[in-house]
Amino acid sequence: MSEVRYTDQHEWIRLDGEEATVGITKYAAESLGDVVFVELPASGKAVTAGGGAAVVESVKAASDIYAPAGGTVTSANSALEKEPSKVNEDPEGEGWFFKLKLSDQGEFAKLMDKDAYAKFVDSL
Amino acid sequence: MTDALLRTPLYALHLELGAKMVPFAGYEMPVQYPAGVLKEHLHTREKVGLFDVSHMGQGFLAGDTAALERVTPADVTGLKEGTQRYGLLLTDAGTILDDFMFSRLAGEADMYLVVNADTKVGDFAYISEKLNGAAALTPRFDRALLALQGPLAVDVLERHSPGISALTFMQVRRATVAGASVIISRTGYTGEDGFEISIDGADAERVARALLGESEVLPIGLGARDSLRLEAGLCLYGHDIDTTRNPAEASLMWSIGKRRKDAKDFPGAEKTMGPQAIKRVGILPEGRAPAREGTEIADKSGRIIGKVTSGGFGPSLNGPLAMGYVETQFAANGTPVDLMVRGKVMPAAIAAMPFVPNRYRR
Repeated sequence: MSEVRYTDQHEWIRLDGEEATVGITKYAAESLGDVVFVELPASGKAVTAGGGAAVVESVKAASDIYAPAGGTVTSANSALEKEPSKVNEDPEGEGWFFKLKLSDQGEFAKLMDKDAYAKFVDSL
Repeated sequence: MTDALLRTPLYALHLELGAKMVPFAGYEMPVQYPAGVLKEHLHTREKVGLFDVSHMGQGFLAGDTAALERVTPADVTGLKEGTQRYGLLLTDAGTILDDFMFSRLAGEADMYLVVNADTKVGDFAYISEKLNGAAALTPRFDRALLALQGPLAVDVLERHSPGISALTFMQVRRATVAGASVIISRTGYTGEDGFEISIDGADAERVARALLGESEVLPIGLGARDSLRLEAGLCLYGHDIDTTRNPAEASLMWSIGKRRKDAKDFPGAEKTMGPQAIKRVGILPEGRAPAREGTEIADKSGRIIGKVTSGGFGPSLNGPLAMGYVETQFAANGTPVDLMVRGKVMPAAIAAMPFVPNRYRR
C-alpha cells in the first residue's frame, strides 16, 4: 500500500515499501510552465532532505528540485531527457523524476499529507 | 520597490484573457496567457501574435531633429520620409545608454521615437539635456503600442487597414485601424514580418479586440517575446548591451551610418572604431541544457574567456541557445568553447545569428 506526501517546495514523494518515488506536483508544473529540460541525479547519489537533487528548466528559467527526504538515488526517469513535456502532461504519474531508498522513514512521516498540502496550496 | 506598478491601457483585457501578470519595468505586464510560452512562441512563428508593448517609451522630437546625432551614431539626417531606423543612444564615453527606433513620417517635421521601457525616463532627460534647446522632446508615455508579428500579420492587418501591405520592412506611415488613427511601422522584435502600431491609449483596447477577433491571432506575453527575440539574435537592453559596452563590442556597427563612421563624429568614435578586446556573439550549446544569463564561457583549456548575457531555450530551434561576450580571438563562428553550467563543463560553439532566419518583408 503506497502513501504520498508533499513538501512546501511542491515536490511529491510516494513510498512503496523500501523505495520512494519523487516528482513535482501539478501546482508546481503549472507554475513552471512548459518544461524543456530536466537534469536528473545519477544512481547511487546520496541526497539529504531539502537538498538539491535535480533541475527543471522552462523556456524562461531554471528551478531546483529538492529531495523531500534523505537517502540514496536508485534510479531516474530517463524518459524525461527525451520528453521533458511529460512533466507538464502527467506531473504526478509518468513525469516522476527519481527513486530513492530512504535513509530515515521518519523524515517521510513528517511531510504534509494530501489534505494538508491542498490546504497549503489554497493559502498561497 | 514601494512604488505602485503602472498599468497599460490593455490591463483589463489582459486579465480577461487569463494572462499571468508580472512586474516588469515598473508595469504590471502579461508574461504569458493560458496557451503558455512554448505555444505562444510557435504560434507567432506560424501565424500571428499580438503583443502589448505599451510600456515602451514613445515620444516626438520637434525642432532641429539633426541634433539627435549628438547622442546617436546613427545617420539621422539621411533618414528618408516614411522610414524608420534603429539607433544606439550613447554616453559621452561612447558606451550604450539604450537602443531605440526613430522615424520620419511623410510630410511631418517632428520625428517619432520609441525607447526601452526600463530606461525611458532617463533617456528622455538625457536627450533633452544633450539637445540643449536645439530640439524639444515630448514624451508620450500615455500612448499605447501594439506589435502584430508573424507571417500572416500582413493579411490580418490589411483587413483592418486596407493598403497597409504596401509598406516594406522599416517603413512607417500614419493610417487607420478599426477607425482609430495610428502610426504603423513594418518592424518588430521577433525576426518575423510584422507591424508595430502606435495608438492613443483610449483607442488601444478597441484596436486590440479587433485584431484578436481574427482567427489567426493569439495574444502573446513577454515570455515568448524574449525567446522570439533571442532566436532572432536581437539584443535586450540591460542584459546584452549596457553602459559598459560600446557599439563595436556589441557587434552593432551596422547601426552606425557610413557618413558617421567616415566623419568619426560621435561619442567614443576613436575607441569604437579601433580594435576591441571582446565581442558579442551567438552561442549554441551541444546538449539540451540551457545556459542562462551569467554562465561563464571557457576556452578548451578551461580559461574563462567570457560570459553569457542572454540564454535559454529556443522553441523554434528546439534546443538551447545563448548570446554573450567573448574575447575577440574566440569570436569566429564555429569556435569550440565550454559553458560552465552548475559546475559542469558543457561543450558549445560560437554560432552565427540570427539562430532562426529572419523573415522580414524587404
